[in-house]
Amino acid sequence: MIRINCPYCGERDHSEFSYGGDATINYPSLDASEKEWTEAIFFRKNIKGFQFETWHHSNGCRMWLVVERSTVTHEIKSVKPSHPDLQKIVENNK
Amino acid sequence: MTKFNAWNVIKNGLNGQSYWTRQWRDPEPKSSYDVVIIGGGLHGLATAYYLAKNHNIKNVAVLEKGWIGGGNAGRNTTIVRSNYMMPGNHEFYEHSLKLWENLSHELNYNVMFSQRAHVSLFHSPGAKDSVSRIYNIMRLHGTDAELWDLKTLKKKIPHLNYHNSRFPILGAAVQKRAGNARHDAVAWGYARAADTLGVDILQNCEVTGFTRKNGNIESIQTSRGIIKGKKIGFAVAGNTSVLWQMAELGNLPIESHKLQAFVSEAVKPLLDQVVVYGVGGAHFYISQSDKGSMVFGGDLDWYKSYAQRGNLPMVQDVAEAAMAIFPSLGRIRLLRHWAGVMDMTMDGSFFICKTPISNLYLNAGWNYGGFKASPASGWYFADLIANESPHNYVQNHNLERFEKGINIDERGAGPDPKLHG
Amino acid sequence: MKTRRIDNYGKINRDKILSFRWDKKNYKGFEGDTLASALLANNIGIVGRSFKYHRPRGIFSSGVEESGALVTIGSKDRRDPNVRATTQELYNGLEASGQNAFPNVNFDLAGINNYLGRFFAAGFYYKTFMGIPPLEWGKGTAIWMFFEKFIRKAAGMGSASGLPDPDTYEHAHDFCDLIVVGSGPAGVAAAIEAAEKKLDVILVEQDSLIGGNQLAENDFDNSQIKNQLENLGIKIMTRTTAFGLYDNCVVGLLERVTDHISASNVNIPRQRFWTIRAKHIIVGAGAIERHIAFNNNDIPGVMTVNASKHYLNRYGVLTGKRIVIATNNDSVYETAHQLSEAGANVTVLDSRTNFEIETNKSFEIRKGYVPYNINGSKKINSLDISKSVTINKSETINCDQVLLSGGWSPAVHLLSHRGVKPKWDYNNACFLPSDTKENITMVGSSRGLWNKNDCIASGIAGTTDALNRLGISKTNYFFPKPGGWKNPIQPLYEVKYKKSRSKSFVDYQHDVTTDDVRLAHREGFISVEHLKRYTTLGMANDQGKMGNIIGLSLMAELLNKEISEVGTTVFRPPYTPVSIGALSGRNVGKHFRPLRVTPMHQWNIDHGAKMIEVGLYQRPWYYPKENETLSDSYIREASTVRKTVGICDVTSLGKIAIQGPDSTEFLNRIYSNGFSKLQVGKARYGIMLRDDGIVMDDGTSWRLAENEYFMTTSTGEAAKVMSWLEELLQTRWTDLNVNVTSVSEQWAGVSIAGPKSREVLNNCVDDSLVITNNNLPFMGVTSTFLKGNIPCRIARISFSGELAFEVYVKSDFANTMMDLLWENAKKYDGCLYGLEALGALRVEKGHVTAAELDGRVTIDDAGLSKMASTKKSYIGSAMRKRGVLKNNDREILVGFFPTNLKETFNAGTIVCEKNNIKGQGIGRITSVTYSPELGHWIGIGFVKGGLDKWKDTTLVGADPVRNKQMNLKVVSPHMIDPKGERMYA
Repeated sequence: MIRINCPYCGERDHSEFSYGGDATINYPSLDASEKEWTEAIFFRKNIKGFQFETWHHSNGCRMWLVVERSTVTHEIKSVKPSHPDLQKIVENNK
Repeated sequence: MTKFNAWNVIKNGLNGQSYWTRQWRDPEPKSSYDVVIIGGGLHGLATAYYLAKNHNIKNVAVLEKGWIGGGNAGRNTTIVRSNYMMPGNHEFYEHSLKLWENLSHELNYNVMFSQRAHVSLFHSPGAKDSVSRIYNIMRLHGTDAELWDLKTLKKKIPHLNYHNSRFPILGAAVQKRAGNARHDAVAWGYARAADTLGVDILQNCEVTGFTRKNGNIESIQTSRGIIKGKKIGFAVAGNTSVLWQMAELGNLPIESHKLQAFVSEAVKPLLDQVVVYGVGGAHFYISQSDKGSMVFGGDLDWYKSYAQRGNLPMVQDVAEAAMAIFPSLGRIRLLRHWAGVMDMTMDGSFFICKTPISNLYLNAGWNYGGFKASPASGWYFADLIANESPHNYVQNHNLERFEKGINIDERGAGPDPKLHG
Repeated sequence: MKTRRIDNYGKINRDKILSFRWDKKNYKGFEGDTLASALLANNIGIVGRSFKYHRPRGIFSSGVEESGALVTIGSKDRRDPNVRATTQELYNGLEASGQNAFPNVNFDLAGINNYLGRFFAAGFYYKTFMGIPPLEWGKGTAIWMFFEKFIRKAAGMGSASGLPDPDTYEHAHDFCDLIVVGSGPAGVAAAIEAAEKKLDVILVEQDSLIGGNQLAENDFDNSQIKNQLENLGIKIMTRTTAFGLYDNCVVGLLERVTDHISASNVNIPRQRFWTIRAKHIIVGAGAIERHIAFNNNDIPGVMTVNASKHYLNRYGVLTGKRIVIATNNDSVYETAHQLSEAGANVTVLDSRTNFEIETNKSFEIRKGYVPYNINGSKKINSLDISKSVTINKSETINCDQVLLSGGWSPAVHLLSHRGVKPKWDYNNACFLPSDTKENITMVGSSRGLWNKNDCIASGIAGTTDALNRLGISKTNYFFPKPGGWKNPIQPLYEVKYKKSRSKSFVDYQHDVTTDDVRLAHREGFISVEHLKRYTTLGMANDQGKMGNIIGLSLMAELLNKEISEVGTTVFRPPYTPVSIGALSGRNVGKHFRPLRVTPMHQWNIDHGAKMIEVGLYQRPWYYPKENETLSDSYIREASTVRKTVGICDVTSLGKIAIQGPDSTEFLNRIYSNGFSKLQVGKARYGIMLRDDGIVMDDGTSWRLAENEYFMTTSTGEAAKVMSWLEELLQTRWTDLNVNVTSVSEQWAGVSIAGPKSREVLNNCVDDSLVITNNNLPFMGVTSTFLKGNIPCRIARISFSGELAFEVYVKSDFANTMMDLLWENAKKYDGCLYGLEALGALRVEKGHVTAAELDGRVTIDDAGLSKMASTKKSYIGSAMRKRGVLKNNDREILVGFFPTNLKETFNAGTIVCEKNNIKGQGIGRITSVTYSPELGHWIGIGFVKGGLDKWKDTTLVGADPVRNKQMNLKVVSPHMIDPKGERMYA
């Protein structure tokens, strides 16, 4: 069981969350070219080791999170809200 | 090489098994090969075999970082079927099934392919219609496919939950020629047959780097020294991205996810067929091995991972799915569970294709389907490497297909790799 | 038959006699017995037959490592195959029988396999059964499958009942600072130390009693320890196995709640599966004694030394009279002494020549001697022994029991679950646990400590380690060094003796012999994982707890390597097998998945609805009158809607509140069609694409106010769309000031459709003016009140193509709304209609649903090109025309009529050209219905090139799996009222 420390709800089982995907994808603007969109949607680094990834606390506060996690050991280094405004609130409350 | 047959089994029985020799050699690496296949799993070994057999290319090495068949070859639920419908996919998997049907004879190794029928349950009229589309397409390709009504299903598989299930069982789509096989035997059978034809199988030979020259890969650095290959093939499933980046090729339409497999204690025959279903967000497949174990599985663990071990939520999920249709399994005990790393792709279909490096070829992206695909995968990958152009069946199974709008998406799940189970 | 029970020994309760049945005969035991101890007490030697050779199997051990005494417990739907007799507690009325034998374990016809055994070497089945013997002639799989039938029958161990399991199981959860696995001296010391340092501790013990291997000691009494643990507030869980360690210090436990009692009480779960989330894990799981491989080392009467000590001191059973102990280490001498004290004639063969041991000389020690062959078949008659492992001078000792101790293997399994490879310790001839970065500490004999004081010290050190890692303390500590015997162990795994047709077993349960290991080596299966798979060594129920090391040592010897270089296989969870029932828990039968119902679910049923499963929802399928069939009913319902009025529960649609100043911009980006000009008080149908330009979902959005929308989605995609919108707002478009809230559960919705719908609604709303054609034109939205002061939202939206309204009220008012609408609809001869009629109505109109939008369809394919704005960019706009997606030979939405209008057809039919009925065809039928309006079957679906290309051509519908084939005519998908005059009425 991976335990994810949700900044809002606290530490919870990963089964409360839904895995999103690579958090480092830079989605191009909506009117960008097919080529840019193809790269963003279909191609992945697929890192073996620590990566930044999104998780959705779908059975909790519904926050989208950016989690730094090893894809080999599943160890988690950091969890923060994906939305910058929420990040700031979490920072200020520390 | 002593032929495998009853005569020799008896002969060896009488002389203390002493005539048997190594099933494949343990050669020292040569400095160069015509073709080097990286990955000693089913696909890599089958490729080497068909290179030698179909194309007379025998100066071939298979590089395996551990021991052959140690990855997903031994981490699957051994199901063989061809109920695919997308163009290219169906023909490919059906050819694979045909190769399976004679594989024991072809390799002189009993891979125990048992055509005990693959029974895919449906639970609603709508589900019956959508599965009919697939099975109709199979029939229109000359592949066997049929529907069983509830009466037939009850007769054939009496232990299912027909009375008390959350989602009623209405019938099943069936492929009788499908079934299961003995996974390890396939790896060993291909290894032995390829070795007999002259292929060097190099175990404990881990690739650590590539040397590029004029755009090509000139040589491969390995834990057993530098090895040159005129042509190089990748067949490393879940580890493809790692090698791809080692070759400085950037990103791939692949994510590595883990899939758990489950084996119960052995019991006397309880289930003759392979039974599969998916409803209510659950996905489940089960069969009974010749040894008597129930072999079963479900969905991915739902997050990206290179770990070959699973977590409890999916164990629970799969157990629930098992009980939902098979309530007598409650007293059967789980013996082992473990996980394999699946090379999930953006549309759920595989790659057998050329790459940006002209002497490098790619075989990857097997999602859940790798085991059954092994013979055809080897066949068409060997064909690509030998002829340098893809066969019709796999002409769209390349890295450019997404840009071209050719998503070979059996499930229609879209570009999210974890949804293509 | 004489009993082996002796007076004044054991911790069983002799006042409480229990009767049980073994292979249909009655026997007696005592409270505190296991089935194994009771069988031994009753002098029953043969309890099973082996997997392959069907050799008689006795009881080898007294614990979870048992690989011989696997029996079937219970009967009928409570039959449990493959139960270890050594861990099954005896209860009154227990029914047990031997397995894998016919007619019984004492006389088994398949015992003939033993004589054919020389042909059944490891992997022989890979070499034959392919074709017709002897040269494997033939092709295909038929011959293999012929043999397979027999092989399958012979394989397996016990038989499963095949009947639904009548018992219930429970899932439970807990949290703690520290979980300690094992209640031996190390585990107990660790738990006490931790509790004294104020940690919240759970102590887990698989046995019914705490104490670990101390339970085999004659003077051990656990009551004081138990009190101490309880007084410290430690949660003690007995009959509970920690079966697996998972990520982040999560431990899976199996608690056996009723397996030790006879009463089957439906109110008590049989077993409980615990998920424990700990901050630290201490494993003191003990060590397992190994046997030694030599000829016939499996004859009933062979046992580990420690097991006989358990049977003597815990159960008061003296397992033999003339006992030979064969060993290579110091651990056996206390047992030898106690066995002889208890009246047995004991001889110890110790392979070592140079060692000192203190004894009272009540038994004979033969230094440098090893066993090499047991004489006997169903029981031991005598033992051939030799001085030194190269058999020279042989001698035979008469005996009835042979106890073996080839050393001890620390139980490193749980750590192995974490991927931590153990390291070989040459001095102690065992694998020791390696260190791990995770918060897991191994203590006691699990880390190779053989004496009690060292174990206790390691327990305390383990807790200090835990406290340090948890940041509670910074205390130095050290673990005692592995070992602890006075004389070093001398590795002894196999005593080789060449004699044809005898077998020397490595893995008892799977019949893996030393010759099998040698054959594997000869054939190149030299990696430990290959060895395991080729010979099946360690793949039986015990996962090789006793035999693995012997197999590895043989391979190491054959390779001329050290065991450390050969390595070991990875142990997988569970540590001991766990029932699938326990893992599944309460989520069985109807509770497999949650059932979602609408707030008017009961109302629908009360009004005659037959329900159908749609995802997790149950929705009204049809409302039959009297003897109507599904088909009668939906045809009547659909006709009624077209003629007068019908009411349909549409609550299961997803509903999302979209609020905030950037709401309009947001909708404009996620829908393919424009939303920027939608006025307040109006709704619009919209299509969402995926990033890759394929259609994701469709629905409507209602503009309730300047900055507020109410969105509906399809039932199936509701959750996905909600997550998708949140993802976009929280990860991609963080500059947009929009809030989305799922309100699916908060609103109950109905569609009221048909030419009389406005009249019905007139009677139901407070102010009928709000719904006039002027005030509420097509796609108009209003917030108003139903009679009785019920606030509601009404939109003039039509899925059926008729004049229609969607009415939403707060869920609590659902039934009131239904009563009100239905009462008035009846006045116009209206009906309630279900999904089937809804489907018929929408197929007539050519409206697409999930059956059409299968995740591969573009907006153009669906015939909705007009819905794709060219004036803006939106999700999917960049990709929707990439490559082949813009080709004009794509499969495009059309309608289908059977050429012969009397004919029926099915969804899932493949559309082909007349002279080319094969392959992929040129299209497919996705939805069909009988059209009451047209009087025949109609369908919608897709065909390459669309209507224009095929409107004058007869095509063929191929449906071979349902044995149907029919000629088809391609028509427009809008089969009724194509201009939409009715809905504007």
